[in-house]
Amino acid sequence: MQIVDLYSFKSIYRDDMQVKGYVFGSGEKSACIVGPSRGNEYQQLYICSQLVKKLTELEKLGVIANDKQIMVIPCINEYAFNLSKDFFGVKNLDINTSFPGNDYGEPITRLTGGLFEKIKEYTYEIQFTSFYERAQCVPHVRMTETGYQNVSLANLFGLPYVVVKKPLPTDTATLNYNMSTETSSAFTIYTKAKEQLDEKCTNSAISAVLRFLTRMGIIKYECHSGYISHVLKDEDLTDVYTEKAGIFKGKVECGEYVQYGQKMAEIINPFDGSVLEEIVASTDGIVFFAHNSALINQYETAFRMVHRLHD
Amino acid sequence: MKEIVLEYELPVGEKLTIYRNRIMPCSEINSPGRISIVSGTHGDELEGQYICYELARRIALEPENLMGIVDIYPAINPFGIDMASKNSPLFNRDLNRSFPGSSSGDLIDRVTSGVVESVLGSDLCLDIHASDIFVREIPQVRLSEDFADNLLPFAKLTNADMIWMNATATVHESTLAHSLNILGVPTMVIEMGQGHQINKPYGDQIVDGIFNIMCELGMWMGTRPRTQLPAISSDGSVEFIRSEKAGIFIPLTEHNHFVKAGDIIGEIFDPFIGEKLMDVVSEQPGLLFTQRIYPVVSEGDLLARILTGAF
Repeated sequence: MQIVDLYSFKSIYRDDMQVKGYVFGSGEKSACIVGPSRGNEYQQLYICSQLVKKLTELEKLGVIANDKQIMVIPCINEYAFNLSKDFFGVKNLDINTSFPGNDYGEPITRLTGGLFEKIKEYTYEIQFTSFYERAQCVPHVRMTETGYQNVSLANLFGLPYVVVKKPLPTDTATLNYNMSTETSSAFTIYTKAKEQLDEKCTNSAISAVLRFLTRMGIIKYECHSGYISHVLKDEDLTDVYTEKAGIFKGKVECGEYVQYGQKMAEIINPFDGSVLEEIVASTDGIVFFAHNSALINQYETAFRMVHRLHD
Repeated sequence: MKEIVLEYELPVGEKLTIYRNRIMPCSEINSPGRISIVSGTHGDELEGQYICYELARRIALEPENLMGIVDIYPAINPFGIDMASKNSPLFNRDLNRSFPGSSSGDLIDRVTSGVVESVLGSDLCLDIHASDIFVREIPQVRLSEDFADNLLPFAKLTNADMIWMNATATVHESTLAHSLNILGVPTMVIEMGQGHQINKPYGDQIVDGIFNIMCELGMWMGTRPRTQLPAISSDGSVEFIRSEKAGIFIPLTEHNHFVKAGDIIGEIFDPFIGEKLMDVVSEQPGLLFTQRIYPVVSEGDLLARILTGAF
């Protein structure tokens, strides 16, 4: 394993922010795994650190194929982590809506431009990120509909779901969108947690990456075949919004199968404790996304459901 | 008349409410024109607060001269203003990257779509911004070349110092201005001053421009203010000067002054070791219309913009 400097951001009074890549194997730049860009994505940071640990062990066992190189970038925004900020720098900007960047513009676009130049040399880019919302979701691979997305390849991670999303204008500045081209494929992996560490979810994410690398002939590794992924379009998920705001008491978990009419959550009046709203399932299906904060606004997304999908 | 544009519940007692002040003509008018003034999209940009006040105040002095409807939206991101935050603190997102929204979506979608729905039907909309806390700007209109044919005649009436065609992300998709222009409401972005500040002369200048536009639209029968014709520029005639060092910047020229090629317009130093790190030099002659105010800089930070070749 080699540690390489990918980008250095200078600050007058802080240590330089060094973005480092952990490189395994040599030769063809096959897969680049990119860690969190927001400073509250602790789970994603942990997954990448454990992936570096695992690949270090595997490299010693000689499992990386000849002429194949893998790079893991565990974190691209250490400044934010160290100050418990979500975004980058004094302007509080989201790195993952600033790609592909350049070498002449604002600090953030120089950072993304510098990183993108290195990442784009790889055939497969796998990013660990999370939703902005305070929520949990079922582990899945997400692809942006760019015209180059290859769902069959996304299936090779063996995660339960592959979700394809039509890009909004802001999505066109994500790493995933810009890495999805004629010559490279981009996958974003969403795991259940974000701000909490979840060991089971970490192991599942590492297995998914190793499974993909094995199936692409980048490593030689025996692993469980995983799932044959259920492929969804993002717009096919059924959104369940709250009608009332208050204290949120969820009754179901992500990944759980619910039946029509089943109670999914209560919204409680924060002053007198009365129940303001009972959220009940409007359809049979799987809970794909679930709000997991104690408070909730009116018309906030409480759940996203995979309609009429059974266990 | 103070009207509620939209109102949503928050978890603990409070509501998110966006108001507008609708000022009607004193007498009944067939098919009156309508102009909308929107401000406070970014909570740290306060220049629009004075413009909203001054516009309403001057109309109230001679209401008999008003021949159309004036809708004033001083704060479409009220919590951002309360917390001096550019982003909406409710969503930790830039409201001006979330338009046009959806009336059946989640809360941020309903907020942005509610604003758009409310402004629809206007003959013209001005989206008033300030600069951020880092740079100071002269009063300027920013518009996309896509809509220039429609907007340029209005932009020339604003009494701004310049019109910048196809300038920045301010005019891009997902903004209020882009969404309204697509939906048929001619909308211009006005940018001036700096964040967290109010520059009264700039505000008076733009209010004169608004009355000038209202005269042109037949909505104001009072005295037409004397106004200037703004300089018109495209991206190609603007020189961007950025920091190449992390350090402390001090300007050595006045904002809104002409500079010659080779003029030293500022310097960056390291206070720790007492060393000047670089002179900041203009490469072309022109009007220094953007000037760095916030002294701490990193590589890539904007120090100045110079309008060249338009004089």
